[in-house]
Amino acid sequence: MPRRFLFLAAAALALVSCSRETQVERANREGILILGNSGEPKSLDPQLVTGVIESKIINSLMEGLVADDPENDDGLPPGAAASWEHNDDLTEWTFHLRPEGRWSDGVPLTASDYVFSFHRMLHPDLIAPYVEMLYFIENAEAFNKGEISDFSKVGVWADDDLTLRFKLREPVPFLPSLTRHYTWFAVPRHVILQHGKMTDRFTDWSEPPNMVGNGPFRLKSWKFHDSIEVEKNPHYWGADQVALNGIRFLPIENPYTEARAFFSGQLHSSYTLPPDLIDSVRKKSPKYLRQEPYVGTVFVRLNTTRKGLDDPRVRRALGLAIDRAALTEYVLEGYFPATSLTPKMGQYEPDPVLRFDPEEARRLLAEAGYPDGKGFPRFSVLISRPAARASTEALQAMWREHLNIIVDIQNKDWGSYISAQQSLDFDIASAGWIGDYLDPTTFLNLWTQGNGNNNTGWSNPEFENLLDQAAHESDAAQRLEILRKAESVVMAEQPILPVAYYSRNYLLRPEVKGWHPLLLDNHPFKTLRLDP
Amino acid sequence: MSTAASSPASRIEKGASLWQDAWRRLSKNRAAMVSVGVLAVILLACIILPAIPKFLQDPGMQSLENKNLPPSAAHWFGTDHLGRDLFSRILFGGRVSIMVGLITTMVSVTIGITWGAISGYVGGRTDAFMMRTVDTLYALPFLVIVILLGAVLEPITGHVTEFTVRLFTPSGSSAAKANEVRTAVEPFTTLVPLFIAIGALSWLNVSRIVRAQVQSVAKLEFVEAARSLGLGHLRILFRHILPNTLGPIIVYTTLTIPGVMLFEATLSFLGLGVKPPNSSWGILIEEGANRMLSNPLLLFFPALFFSTTLFALNFLGDGLRDALDPKSSKD
Amino acid sequence: MLRAILQRLLQGVLVLFVLFTVTFFLVKKLPYGPFQQEKAIPDHIRAKVEAYYGLDQPTSVQYFKRLGNYLHGDTGLSLRLEGQPVSAIIAQAFPTSLQLGLAAMVVSLGVGIPLGTLAAAKKNSMIDFGAMGLAMIGICLPAFVIGPILAEIFGRGLQLLPAIGWEPADPRSWILPAITLGLATAAYLSRLTRAGMLDTLSQDFVRTAKAKGVPGTTILLRHCLRGGLIPAVAYVGPAFAGLISGSVVIESIFQIPGLGQHFIKAIETGDEPVILASVMLFGTLIILANFLTDLVSVWLNPRLRTR
Repeated sequence: MPRRFLFLAAAALALVSCSRETQVERANREGILILGNSGEPKSLDPQLVTGVIESKIINSLMEGLVADDPENDDGLPPGAAASWEHNDDLTEWTFHLRPEGRWSDGVPLTASDYVFSFHRMLHPDLIAPYVEMLYFIENAEAFNKGEISDFSKVGVWADDDLTLRFKLREPVPFLPSLTRHYTWFAVPRHVILQHGKMTDRFTDWSEPPNMVGNGPFRLKSWKFHDSIEVEKNPHYWGADQVALNGIRFLPIENPYTEARAFFSGQLHSSYTLPPDLIDSVRKKSPKYLRQEPYVGTVFVRLNTTRKGLDDPRVRRALGLAIDRAALTEYVLEGYFPATSLTPKMGQYEPDPVLRFDPEEARRLLAEAGYPDGKGFPRFSVLISRPAARASTEALQAMWREHLNIIVDIQNKDWGSYISAQQSLDFDIASAGWIGDYLDPTTFLNLWTQGNGNNNTGWSNPEFENLLDQAAHESDAAQRLEILRKAESVVMAEQPILPVAYYSRNYLLRPEVKGWHPLLLDNHPFKTLRLDP
Repeated sequence: MSTAASSPASRIEKGASLWQDAWRRLSKNRAAMVSVGVLAVILLACIILPAIPKFLQDPGMQSLENKNLPPSAAHWFGTDHLGRDLFSRILFGGRVSIMVGLITTMVSVTIGITWGAISGYVGGRTDAFMMRTVDTLYALPFLVIVILLGAVLEPITGHVTEFTVRLFTPSGSSAAKANEVRTAVEPFTTLVPLFIAIGALSWLNVSRIVRAQVQSVAKLEFVEAARSLGLGHLRILFRHILPNTLGPIIVYTTLTIPGVMLFEATLSFLGLGVKPPNSSWGILIEEGANRMLSNPLLLFFPALFFSTTLFALNFLGDGLRDALDPKSSKD
Repeated sequence: MLRAILQRLLQGVLVLFVLFTVTFFLVKKLPYGPFQQEKAIPDHIRAKVEAYYGLDQPTSVQYFKRLGNYLHGDTGLSLRLEGQPVSAIIAQAFPTSLQLGLAAMVVSLGVGIPLGTLAAAKKNSMIDFGAMGLAMIGICLPAFVIGPILAEIFGRGLQLLPAIGWEPADPRSWILPAITLGLATAAYLSRLTRAGMLDTLSQDFVRTAKAKGVPGTTILLRHCLRGGLIPAVAYVGPAFAGLISGSVVIESIFQIPGLGQHFIKAIETGDEPVILASVMLFGTLIILANFLTDLVSVWLNPRLRTR
């Protein structure tokens, strides 16, 4: 009798669990896409944020002058602007807005909205953290730094309701691509002024239910550490082509939690997949696994003001002793061995200078005065996130094996880790960089003197000269050639040791259609469909 | 009267026989004796085996292509995610964990007992002040304190390490030798000050439990009797009251040890525990938990050692409690 | 009685004041600030943002300003989730943490005390070893191990319960997090209950009762449970204050929008207003919980009433 009861209970449980549809099944029915988004956004005001997490949500709520192409990173489909043209030396650009363009509350989107937006972002009182993205505009930097106060001198004007004209401080061949970045988006003047002055930071305008954008979706709800929901925007110019009814972004920070959520039917796509799970997913459920190149580099930052690390030979020796192929095969699974600093993007491909050569490494180290590692100072490698631990331990072992030098690993909390690098209070640090836009300068500009993300103490006049030359070169091919030269200067001196190129490892359900591999990972949500 | 054992007249001779009695009772407790055996084996393995040169494989030696191997004759517990021998990592890590667990628990229990006993025995304003201090310490953001502690302790432990390295390095020996010595002593020189500090911050629960016990015992007849005999407060407290509250104290002590061992792992991810590639049971368990799906053995073996040790500690604790219970002699 | 309560209240206010002050200055001593991000903000912009929030002023000035605002009931704006009022953040997160904490309390009390009592009653029997073995598993397997295992089995494998997420209205989503969170406390409680019960069981009045022929169960539940619970109760107060004020481990494993994540993130970024408010909330809970448990101890132990 008890056994039969148990059997019945089990059957009942099974029934209950069968009849209950998973979140994803329900979302498929409702046309809602559920995405892992790796963390809580700081804000949704595109002019006050700096992160990737925010960009995903903002890209659903707003659209740039030029839109993202679903299949091709270099594709430049029209967005808020229907067309654009430029002068011969790429310093004057005119964008023609779509006449049918509307904000999500139905108010027409005009060129003067854009002028207001640039005025707000550049205004010294708003203190926009990412304002340097706009410094390409003539006089923008001067206005932002308070050197001039007349905004009409800044190179952006509304010639009429639908014509927006830019004058740039230098030729910018990638301007259309740049306008896809959220710092170049328009913000709604009529809503912002309803909730405060133009330069008030963090008013309620960018929160539900107030927020208004010009994108395919509009903000529905925001619960901290729980979810952000957006719904279809009926006023969007291409609303009839938008297939999804809404998107739910889940700020799941723990990648293992995210993988569990995915496999229990609570997510259409995870933001990431921890390297050590790749193997088992590949074996058990390969149809979900996505591994795609990404414009990001994992590198080791060296403090070149430290005795020992100030010698380029030492730095190159450290780099030559890294077996990048082994690292990416066994530890940073799914990543690609770095061959230079900048990953291949579009027409740009740097010389593959990095290699594994312990012989040469030992020779260089000896030449620098540390034969067989003798007398080499004992440095610490700074890390923070647990994910960096294994790869740094592998580096530590490689340096010990090939160069006979011992480094320590210094784990720090995130805040102290960042702060130690920015104040050059470290020896060696494990770090990474994700490109903001598809141009090598998004990687190369970091290493200029005084760049807040340089943090190596390294600078080189020849390198800065080359970057400057490239900035004034209007021939695209010629410009990339100069940048390639600049990159080889960095790689000859190696203030940083590139280790691997990021890959986007993540999970995606097959019913999500219209999702293609993209280097910048900016999938336009308006072209996605759910087809279970 | 069961309290006869603590009457002053017979204190000296009874004191000796109390311990003998306790030992006699303990040795009859089978669970406790098995636990003593298990603990001895684990302790010896963790302390002695790593000290024998070349007996265990180098716990830091990697072989990436041999990662996540199953157990074999070459690697008894298999290899970890970087191809290191898990068996030797567990034994080396055990040294750190056991040391950390013992130091911190000793410090925290000593402070906790003293604080709680005084508070509970004296009562009144002193009690109010001491317990409100405990309330305040409970609520302070521990993580902030730990981060700050790290910043303060780093230079100090640095000096201690330098000093110890010089102490153990024969003069005139090579820099490589010094490096070797440093690698050996650093886990200890950086950890000991830290865990004394952590122990000094984590006595709050003990103090509350001891206080509650002292309060309840202080009103019992035999204490009144001792008081009427004119004994000093300290003697009453430490000779008569505390022994009668030992049960919960021993239990809580054995519970503190695992908490501290795991806390060490959290600290090391903040940069305060052992430095990689050195390890501890807490770190191995935490790393294993993350790799549970790709290689469950990385969680299983460290957790097995950890759990076995703590099971044994607890059954030994229970046995000790029974053996030391002044009232159980008549059972 | 009333006087005692008032006295305690006054002490509580004093504790909160000390807590406020110490926490404020501790946080200001952290070696990093809220606007030091991975992607560095240019120095001139960071300086302006810091000035905007008054972070460029001397710490003592900031302290008195914050204290004044608190006295007017204003807890300020978060520096991490910039522009969000701290009170709004806590109002959104605390109910979740409270709900989860209460569910975990039910688990830990419901499992811990009966298990401990049972073990004490059947001392050194297989039941005792079994119960204490179970408790030890709760202690040896920390939440970051047991949580993912439960979620893998019941969430992903059997698909019986949600593997992640928190639905305030759906009790199914509470079960796994509450068990994970409550297990360790349950284990501590059962161990402490057992120890306390054994102490009481060996006291004279129990022998007397036994000699008089009072049935064992009656002795256990009527006479011993009160005294036996004293150590457990002393532990329970702060433990429960801890449970309901959020646990970052549980919240991160099950993706729960509670206070723990806010608190950890705030510490990670040096978000002083959120840290301060969380600490003040936790402090209040501790004071209340310890007050309540002290009342319960007096009730459990009538001898204390003579004070």
